[in-house]
Amino acid sequence: MPTLAPPLSETGQDLSPLSAAAAVLAKFPAGSITPQEGLDQPTWIVDREILLDLARELRDNPATQFDMMMDLCGVDFPDRSPRFDAVYHLYSVPRGARLRLKVPLDEDQPLPSLIPVWKTANWFERELFDMFGLQVTGHPNLRRLLTHEAFQGHALRKDYDPARRWILTEDKMYQPHFDLPEGGDDLFERMTVNIGPSHPAMHGTFRLMAVLDGETIVASDVEIGYLHRCFEKMSETHTWNQVIPYTDRLNYCSSFINNVGYCRTVEKLLGVEVPPKAVWARTILSEFSRIMDHCVCNGTTLVDAGALSNFWYMFQPREEIYGLLESCCGARLTVSYGRIGGLSQDLPPDFMERSRRLLEIIPPFVSDVEKLVDKNRIWLDRTVGVAAISGAEAVNWGWTGPCLRASGVGYDVRRAHPYDLYDTVDWEVPVLFGGDVYDRYRIRMLEIRESLKIIRQLLDRGMPEGPWITADPHVALPPKEACYNQMESMIYHFKLIMDGIQVPAGEVYSMVEGANGELGFYIISDGTSKPYRNHARGPCFPIFSTFSRLINGGSLSDAIVSLGGLNVIAGELER
Amino acid sequence: MSQPLASPAGTSPAPPSPPAPPAGRPVWKGPNPPHPTATRPYKPSLAERLYLPLLGGLMVTMRHFLKNLFGAKMYTIQYPEERRDYSHRFRGHHILTTRPDGSVRCVACYLCAQACPAECIHIEAGEHPDVNIEKYPVVYEIDMLRCIFCGYCVDACPEEAIIMSNNYDMAYFNREQSIVGKGDLMKPYTFDEDRLGYRPRYPEEDAKRSKMRRDAFNLVDEARKAREREETAAARDRV
Repeated sequence: MPTLAPPLSETGQDLSPLSAAAAVLAKFPAGSITPQEGLDQPTWIVDREILLDLARELRDNPATQFDMMMDLCGVDFPDRSPRFDAVYHLYSVPRGARLRLKVPLDEDQPLPSLIPVWKTANWFERELFDMFGLQVTGHPNLRRLLTHEAFQGHALRKDYDPARRWILTEDKMYQPHFDLPEGGDDLFERMTVNIGPSHPAMHGTFRLMAVLDGETIVASDVEIGYLHRCFEKMSETHTWNQVIPYTDRLNYCSSFINNVGYCRTVEKLLGVEVPPKAVWARTILSEFSRIMDHCVCNGTTLVDAGALSNFWYMFQPREEIYGLLESCCGARLTVSYGRIGGLSQDLPPDFMERSRRLLEIIPPFVSDVEKLVDKNRIWLDRTVGVAAISGAEAVNWGWTGPCLRASGVGYDVRRAHPYDLYDTVDWEVPVLFGGDVYDRYRIRMLEIRESLKIIRQLLDRGMPEGPWITADPHVALPPKEACYNQMESMIYHFKLIMDGIQVPAGEVYSMVEGANGELGFYIISDGTSKPYRNHARGPCFPIFSTFSRLINGGSLSDAIVSLGGLNVIAGELER
Repeated sequence: MSQPLASPAGTSPAPPSPPAPPAGRPVWKGPNPPHPTATRPYKPSLAERLYLPLLGGLMVTMRHFLKNLFGAKMYTIQYPEERRDYSHRFRGHHILTTRPDGSVRCVACYLCAQACPAECIHIEAGEHPDVNIEKYPVVYEIDMLRCIFCGYCVDACPEEAIIMSNNYDMAYFNREQSIVGKGDLMKPYTFDEDRLGYRPRYPEEDAKRSKMRRDAFNLVDEARKAREREETAAARDRV
């Protein structure tokens, strides 16, 4: 089982390709690349003329090997010329290294499409066009992605009023973009089938339009955006702490991991120390959330294939874990338990017993499902070899998480860039090589067991004593007793609620391993109480952009099973 | 899958060395293997192709069937007759707490409205006749359809004037009803500690303690009643 390259520090400062940077820089005209100093990651400001060549060079140069485009987002600086930044986050899976490219450009300056280099650029560039109105040359289907076709303006521009509303009419609907193969249509007339957005097999609100030849999908297109909630725009109008309930709704099957991801990013910018008890609890509850998410994914995939009992067996552990989360924070689904600097409240007194009980409850259900379907030929026939994708291709499409590990690439943020307590416990990164729906199912089952292993070790270590949130009164609310009885605490309380946390100006990208892969937050602060830009890199977004590629050529029923196996969560995909 | 794991340490100029992983875990030191360009799907064995493992699966469902038939714990909850037990931290319908004289504790400081991420709290302040209190809410409304039950209002309140109950039954016939005013917020469950939810400084121990206090009070009460009964009986006997 391949284990990843030696873990680098999360900042990525010890970037080995930077030693090769000189070689890359020398290949381009002087002044077209300017390294920016003093940021959390190596950052280059790049001229848009050379972007495509630079991208190809960074990917193919054996000294850099940036084989994954992790993220692309725009930033608007209305008072600056050029006005926009397109920010690329590149990642080198073999080296565990990160690089940020910033391309400053104006509205009338088109960006070259990077689809020839990284296929995952397709949807990211459409999102950039949708949200900022930036043009991309060479894009095959540059249309709105998250907002409706009848939407006017570009929502993430700073001069766009967040309260603005539009009437969306049916005459401006999204017209599907099919890459139809030539000929081969002699026996049947091709038929276009529309599935969703509110179809039970679509797991949320996706719309799939497929051109069928008999039962085979010849070409397909998906439309998303039905659950777009303007997460990023709303973040800019709320204080740093008020964003936490919004992050719950990203991947709502494992909302605590989103809390952790967001809080860690802000903490990195603030430089706040999180108390050991909070770190310990965050690790344990993140793993429980991961188990829950995998249970939901496997249960629903199996029920899509007609195996109903597994649905019950998989959802019972989830139900029990919700009980634990509810006893911690008072809510089951949208927990809002993380706070910047720690947790919102202390762990309940019976946390240890409840967690230990869960460790006993969960494995029998998991092994029941394994006994039912692991070697079951009906399930094997439905899934083995279905929607298969090789590791190299998956990396090019920007996949992370269990789906990537099912394709033979053992990239796991918890191992490659350890955070919290993951580097102090003994666990494995399961890797399978099938790349199909069956291996995606298997890898989730294996990961549930690894998560249980992590939790068991941490519980054996015992709960650390001490506070659950930092004592810094500029970050965390003072305890209520102090607030009622001491003038100073009262002032801090009022200041924090009225003004919010003052985060120093800067930018940071930080990631955690979400249940579906790398959940990254790219945050820019201008030193005020509200985020200047808060971009969430949901792992589902690149994964679902591959969906057409996965299902083309297969049968329609395979498309349903493969959608379940990808575990696309609309909340995270459309933000 | 078999890669050379040994590589002399110190070849890469990584400045901050990460903490050492636990012993026994193989650490990959050399260049990583290239990403696989082809897939190797699972190959079913002969037994699997003959559908034999299905029998094992049938055993599992049969076990569950029999267990459920003969009185194992059923997981289904017959809502609304049965209800799930929630902890004392449950974030449900809000409560505006009152002073001993029955007036609302809220001093209309607007902190909850400010802290609310969903902007669902509407307050209109008025002047309180008591100068020590200064203000009170003339209007205090929460739009329950907007509310996301995050508990930020409870965290923000400096007076313990807004807390949450564990009541999650909220159904309305129209949107106007969902805007809950001061009267409705002050009404529910104020005296029943079992129905309280998320609130500051009321963790489980406190709840247990208050229950013990109530039980102790009940015991004293019972004892007093018993004594009175005995006394009346004795008086009757004397007569």
